[in-house]
Amino acid sequence: MCQNWLAEATGDSAVLKTFMIGTLLGIAAAAGGLYAFPAVDQHREMSIISVLPNGGNTESFHINVPMDRIMVGAPGQHEPVPPGLIWPTDELLADVRTELFKIRNSRDTVVGVAVRNAAKADTVDLIDWVLHLPARGSVFVNMSPDAMEGGYRIGKFRAGTREFATLTGTMTESWIVDTSGEEDAPDGRVELFLRFVSVKEPGK
Amino acid sequence: MKYVVALVLGLLFGAFVFVVGLIYNPFIARQNLSPLTVTNAQTITLSYSGAVTDHIILTNDGESETKPFPTKVLLLYERPIRQSTVMVTELRDGRNQVAGIGVKISSLSERTDLLGAKALVDSIWYMYLPGKGAYFVEQSENYWTYLRSVVIAAHRSSANVWQGNWHLDTTFGPGALKTAKVTAGSGPYEGQVMLGVESLTTYVYSVSDGPISAQGRFIIELPSTLEADPESLADDGVL
Repeated sequence: MCQNWLAEATGDSAVLKTFMIGTLLGIAAAAGGLYAFPAVDQHREMSIISVLPNGGNTESFHINVPMDRIMVGAPGQHEPVPPGLIWPTDELLADVRTELFKIRNSRDTVVGVAVRNAAKADTVDLIDWVLHLPARGSVFVNMSPDAMEGGYRIGKFRAGTREFATLTGTMTESWIVDTSGEEDAPDGRVELFLRFVSVKEPGK
Repeated sequence: MKYVVALVLGLLFGAFVFVVGLIYNPFIARQNLSPLTVTNAQTITLSYSGAVTDHIILTNDGESETKPFPTKVLLLYERPIRQSTVMVTELRDGRNQVAGIGVKISSLSERTDLLGAKALVDSIWYMYLPGKGAYFVEQSENYWTYLRSVVIAAHRSSANVWQGNWHLDTTFGPGALKTAKVTAGSGPYEGQVMLGVESLTTYVYSVSDGPISAQGRFIIELPSTLEADPESLADDGVL
């Protein structure tokens, strides 16, 4: 019965024309759909930026430790993070400690990923941060290895991408011990506080 | 009724023809080699294994074709980072000696344009080369021809595996000549902004495990006015 219908249909030029029109419409619809709807749409959390009275902006992020730790890369760990991590044993990397974290905004929502690298370069200590926020861009910060009075470190923006490409500024890192006493509370948090100002128009 | 059926079948057939045409469009040329691969300037060449289990860690949302490694690594399942991948790997120099540690963070780019054969990924590298400094790399990469020639080919294979020798300069920008922007944060080139290009050579790709045998390479073109002593770098096999 189906074969009969098909034979009849394909023999019908009006049906064939309808099929061809449908084919063209299908091509147009697929192309239009692909053009109209983005293939990638990054989820955006609202930026929580404060404006300083003397110009410039501030934004803070934090890392709940140990919940937001993705990796602690350092030689000789008894309990590696993540479990199963095999850190290279090469002598060259003996003084290197590379950590990966998820970073949260001030609403405690995860908004990005960060890398912290600490190393001893010859006689000088080196501490670098890279913050990556997928919908916004990345910023590369060189920290001063010496802690300031009050126990925090400060560093300068060295480079940035997209939203951060036109910014210059500083970032501080500080360790805040949790004193809430709650059962599921983190041990503490790493506070990252950015102060920045735009130095040029995007694209210029 | 038969006209409605013919129209619907035509729509589906048209969409199918469009997808096939998009994937196998002969007018989409293969990406050209980057100028950095034939530069006369001095370069730093770093390589890394592209196989997932050779990385120190690799993590993503856990639902991607490339599986996280090691298996108990924290996944990037939160919405703002779900379309990102983080890889930490050992970097090797031109003599295949350990040169440092590299962290690559990649996120699918909203500038992706499948009609224009651009499957873009915004990625950054943080590279630390003990004795040679730290480098921050900004780049966008185009994986369109990789998807077409390796990933889709693996899906079409009855064994769900692609084998061959596929080389691609993945760097697509932001430089006008499809080069990456490399900023030295410390070391002999501190403060210098340089060009770079990343390439990927794939040998075996599995649908279930992602790249099984592959080699990544990153070339950094050093500034022409060298402030550092190139001989010391050459002695270490970095140049």
